[in-house]
Amino acid sequence: MIDLDKAFIKTPIFMPYFPIGYPNIPTSIDVIEALAKNGADIIEVGLSFSDPLADGPVIQKATQKALEQGITVPRALEAVAELRKRGVTIPLILMGYYNPILAYGLENFISEAAKIGINGFIIPDLPPEEAGEFETAAKKKPNRKGSILPLIRMLAPTTPADRMATITKDAQGFIYLVSVTGVTGERKEVPAELPTLISQVRAQTSVPVCVGFGISTPAHAKAVGAIADGVIVGTACIRAIGKSNNPISAAKDFAIEFKGALL
Amino acid sequence: MTTSLPTKFGPYGGQFVPETLMPALIELESAFISAQEDPEFQAEFDKLMTSYVGRPTPLTYARQLSEHLGGAQIYLKREDLAHTGAHKINNALGQALLVKRMGKKRIVAETGAGQHGVAAATAATLLGLECVVYMGTVDIARQKPNVFRMRILGAEVRPVTSGTKTLKDAINEAIRDWVTNVRDTHYLLGSALGPHPYPTMVRTFQSVIGSEAKVQIKAETGSMPDTIIACVGGGSNAIGIFSGFIDDENVELIGVEAGGSGISSGKHAARFGDPSKGRIGVIHGTRTFVLQDQDGQIADTHSISAGLDYAAVGPEHAHLRDLERASYTYATDEEALEAFSLLCKTEGIIPALESSHAVAEAIKRAPKMRKDQVILINLSGRGDKDLDTVTDLLGIEK
Repeated sequence: MIDLDKAFIKTPIFMPYFPIGYPNIPTSIDVIEALAKNGADIIEVGLSFSDPLADGPVIQKATQKALEQGITVPRALEAVAELRKRGVTIPLILMGYYNPILAYGLENFISEAAKIGINGFIIPDLPPEEAGEFETAAKKKPNRKGSILPLIRMLAPTTPADRMATITKDAQGFIYLVSVTGVTGERKEVPAELPTLISQVRAQTSVPVCVGFGISTPAHAKAVGAIADGVIVGTACIRAIGKSNNPISAAKDFAIEFKGALL
Repeated sequence: MTTSLPTKFGPYGGQFVPETLMPALIELESAFISAQEDPEFQAEFDKLMTSYVGRPTPLTYARQLSEHLGGAQIYLKREDLAHTGAHKINNALGQALLVKRMGKKRIVAETGAGQHGVAAATAATLLGLECVVYMGTVDIARQKPNVFRMRILGAEVRPVTSGTKTLKDAINEAIRDWVTNVRDTHYLLGSALGPHPYPTMVRTFQSVIGSEAKVQIKAETGSMPDTIIACVGGGSNAIGIFSGFIDDENVELIGVEAGGSGISSGKHAARFGDPSKGRIGVIHGTRTFVLQDQDGQIADTHSISAGLDYAAVGPEHAHLRDLERASYTYATDEEALEAFSLLCKTEGIIPALESSHAVAEAIKRAPKMRKDQVILINLSGRGDKDLDTVTDLLGIEK
């Protein structure tokens, strides 16, 4: 299996997001496998929540559908274990809101995740101010190699420089830079202030910077990839796969196209 | 000078929000602290409270209700007589003044019963702010008069069709708008909920209820009340009146949640009242008691009153409960309706269905108390908005 750090040897990297359970559990496993085997360097595996307040309509609908299909945290962890069994070796990051993780139990969640080969976590409603208990639990439950699974630090266009410095100080893996103020979802253009924002982040940290929110087309990915270490694509990925009659081949095409734009 | 406030109430509260919003919360906290220390801000707030809201709101002795129940003497703190018809205006004006201070031009708000939406729309009009109110379509249908009032006041009411189409979903949409427009927009949250500093700030603006009531009840009865009862959705009216009496340890504080169709039916909003679903969790930026399933998905709720129909309770209430300083119970839809009717018929006061839950608890308790004991009910709002619902259910001719 590939460590998170090793995924950044050749940048920019391509990091799609896809929720387990959409449009149903078996198909979502196939889709993620197809993304992994056709160009994704890291995948954000989405855990669904009834009230995803940082997400736009496309991800809201997809995760709602996943819940209707009976997805739960334990079932999502089983799905990840299945992906590893199928030979998916790239880093997998679990992305989900805090409440279902709390309901599962922090230490159990982290130790189960470590056991099945998860490489880190993204929890959008857990800013550094509240991350203490999660990070304490993570320290108690390292993976088999003895590594502590990181909680990926997020930065936003509204984050002031001094706060960026504090947040990035102990950052592990990569920085998730939210490209725009707003929720997830496609945008027509890459924001004009993104290059400035990225250089502000780079002034604070040498950890790789991945950009998410609003990256909708291979052209956007290419433009962002020219200045960032990675591009995160969620809504466009769900849309492409959701509208296809053959989700697995759509996933393959999507990965090839976006990865191709970054080469 | 204070630089920051505690973000938690015991283990509850906190700031569970996306990074994009953290700087706005830090800015808001600092504006709130500086306003609290600024005599001019306080004077402006007090002036609006008296000359615009009509404060102090009266304390009414409910003589006939008390006689009918045959026990404790019942007094009503008349927040229903505040301008716009509920306590919500206190907080809406307080926050709107802060918005001016921060130089923002636009507010977004959520509303369930519509009382907070009307209060926010009113405060925005008075202070020259643009106002967008998010409201679930289920609530729009059952609180029509308030929808009209908001629109007449110039606010844009945006219907919310996601999820359960009630207050929880309206909050989701308001937060999504806020995160998108955070540079020029303030989220005027209507209850003692959400991320810090909201629960502290909302309590502070609502504490006018408790401080007035304390003076009034003492003047009227010569002593402190035995029991204070308030309904608890998010819990802003309750925390407002409780805050005046928290240090008076002999005053019993009772919060009343929405029991809906009964706890065993599963259709309710009793976060404390149903241990099978009400557990500590995180929703809308705060850690508190939340109705949820085993997997941590937020549960659907039900109440006859839109304002109590919400899956989480304000974090300070969870803390007061742990401390055993306040206790919490519930009233069912049916009990609230009976209380509504009884107050109308005995006192000529039409209460909001939310406030009727507090009245329902007084109806249960008063007969068991002595005649020299006193119950103070926070009558948080008036019931004009509920007439459609109530006339249908009570079979009153239209």
